[in-house]
Amino acid sequence: MAEPYVELKSVSKYFGSVVALKDVSFDVCPGEVHCLLGDNGAGKSTLIKTLSGVYAPDEGEIRVQGKPTRFASPADTRNSGIATVYQDLALVPLMSVARNFFLGREPMRKFGPISQFDAEFANRTAYDELAAMGIQLRDPEQPVGTLSGGERQCLAIARAVYFGAKVLILDEPTSALGVHQASVVLKLIVQSKARGIGVIFISHNVHHAYVVGDRFTLLKRGRCTGTYAKSEIDRDQLLNLMAGGKELVDLEQELGKVAKNSSA
Amino acid sequence: MAAEIRDERVRSVSRLSRLLSRPELGAAAGTVLVFVFFAITAGNTGLFSAKGIINFLEVSAQLGILAAPVALLMIAGEFDLSVGSMIGFAGILIAIPSVFWGWPIWLSLLFSFAVCGGIGALNGLAVVRTGLPSFIVTLGSLFMLRGLTLGLTRGISGRTQVSGVHELALHDPLNSLFSGQVFSGLIAWLSDIGLVGKRADGLPSISGIPVSIVWWIVLTLVCTWLLTRSRFGNWIFAAGGEANAARNLGVPVARTKITLFVMTAMAAALFAAIQVLVTGSADTLRGTQKEFEAIIAVVIGGTLLTGGYGSAIGAMFGALIFGVVQMGIFYTGIDTDWFKLFMGAMMVIAVLFNSYVRNRAMRSR
Repeated sequence: MAEPYVELKSVSKYFGSVVALKDVSFDVCPGEVHCLLGDNGAGKSTLIKTLSGVYAPDEGEIRVQGKPTRFASPADTRNSGIATVYQDLALVPLMSVARNFFLGREPMRKFGPISQFDAEFANRTAYDELAAMGIQLRDPEQPVGTLSGGERQCLAIARAVYFGAKVLILDEPTSALGVHQASVVLKLIVQSKARGIGVIFISHNVHHAYVVGDRFTLLKRGRCTGTYAKSEIDRDQLLNLMAGGKELVDLEQELGKVAKNSSA
Repeated sequence: MAAEIRDERVRSVSRLSRLLSRPELGAAAGTVLVFVFFAITAGNTGLFSAKGIINFLEVSAQLGILAAPVALLMIAGEFDLSVGSMIGFAGILIAIPSVFWGWPIWLSLLFSFAVCGGIGALNGLAVVRTGLPSFIVTLGSLFMLRGLTLGLTRGISGRTQVSGVHELALHDPLNSLFSGQVFSGLIAWLSDIGLVGKRADGLPSISGIPVSIVWWIVLTLVCTWLLTRSRFGNWIFAAGGEANAARNLGVPVARTKITLFVMTAMAAALFAAIQVLVTGSADTLRGTQKEFEAIIAVVIGGTLLTGGYGSAIGAMFGALIFGVVQMGIFYTGIDTDWFKLFMGAMMVIAVLFNSYVRNRAMRSR
């Protein structure tokens, strides 16, 4: 396998007496989708924030292209090619698609001493980039508020890819979406992978993860409980390994008893 | 690459429909309505003679100078209630050094602009640092500045009004920037071809365009350019629309807002400079309630009170409506006591109309 673009080596993170992450190792290679699975409170968010430079790890190290790295800030992380698409997507609903696409990195055009926002370039680029991702915009000047949830997710991903992301961290990109919308986003993940981008796909939906994932890492109560390649594991095994598995069987039995008791 | 995903439930929309979702539509329509109304009721009273037009444009211009930067600030999601008091304060800062301390007018003007800009920056800093609503912070400045103006003026001059600026400003190099008229040659020519009426003594009924009107138009154009064509404009919309998202993308939200507070304060200083040099005096009560009039003009102009949406051109229409209604009521002979009732109602109607337009913009495309 290719060399990982970014890797965490036995990283731990504490918040006072709380152990948020303990001895977690995780990596992603170019052109690979690595799924991070875990229930609420498993430490997924802490792991993302450590990867994206919001938190510095208390123990262990982060390597980018094999070199130990300390991220000074989220902007620093972004500059080293690791882009995080959070659930809030960092979009402004009342602004146009094109303006959102270039927000904070506006293309400028010089007219003598005056440089002004190159709206034509922004419109064209946003339209083309989204079209290349399979999203046909009606109008690049339409407000983001008029897009569907899936389209917004795609816009945020397309923006990160356009600005040179080598690794995409996607935080629950499909969790709030309907079936059709989710499939659009999953397709986009596969396309990003085909472009040689490493994708870290955080989810608690095994069905979505299993379709696109190459490797799966399970996180439970702050610890890694294993990393599996797709060839080593099938969907049902993965489901069982996820928080749901054993607990659901137990719950089923318990509910069965309750039902029996109440009918008796 | 993947097949294009085309939503089959989308119909194409006409140019007209796109036009209908512009923020300034309501104000433009309102302007036409107001003009038609007064053309019918005051058509032969001189409201629309050259003199009458200049009269209402001058009223509009003064308010419009404030409204353009106030619109930008409101789009960025903040209020500045201190602009009214700032006008009084800036006027005193021009008059007292000139009249009592013998400063040349140009120096007093620069002093006034500098101090007001500084106070604007303090307003902005207080808002972004404390995280308090700007409504409260600048409400505090509103009272503090008015108190400071009154205290300083009475303390230094013993009165509440400082006059005698005219004589001092007569030969000042900056005087003609803020008072007086321009394009008198053009007006004379228009008068010769009969487009502008003549007085009994054969001179044109107006001698030129007051310079404040030029300031108004230039400021509106600059603010419009900033908003729609500059990087800063993108940041303004983002700061008001979704400040957190903007910050995450590296937009300097705090700096953007502070800059805008400086701009509104400087606009108040410009308003004061024009007023003091045209009337020749400063008064501690000048600018009272101008902050609300500016907000009314901006809101009529289609800017959203919660930020993230609006236009400077809209604010210009808002100011124009304000001027026409104020002078129109005067010319038609209606008791001017009714003016405020009219403007208040106008604003509420405008807000209803604009929220309808905005909902359209968000839905129907």
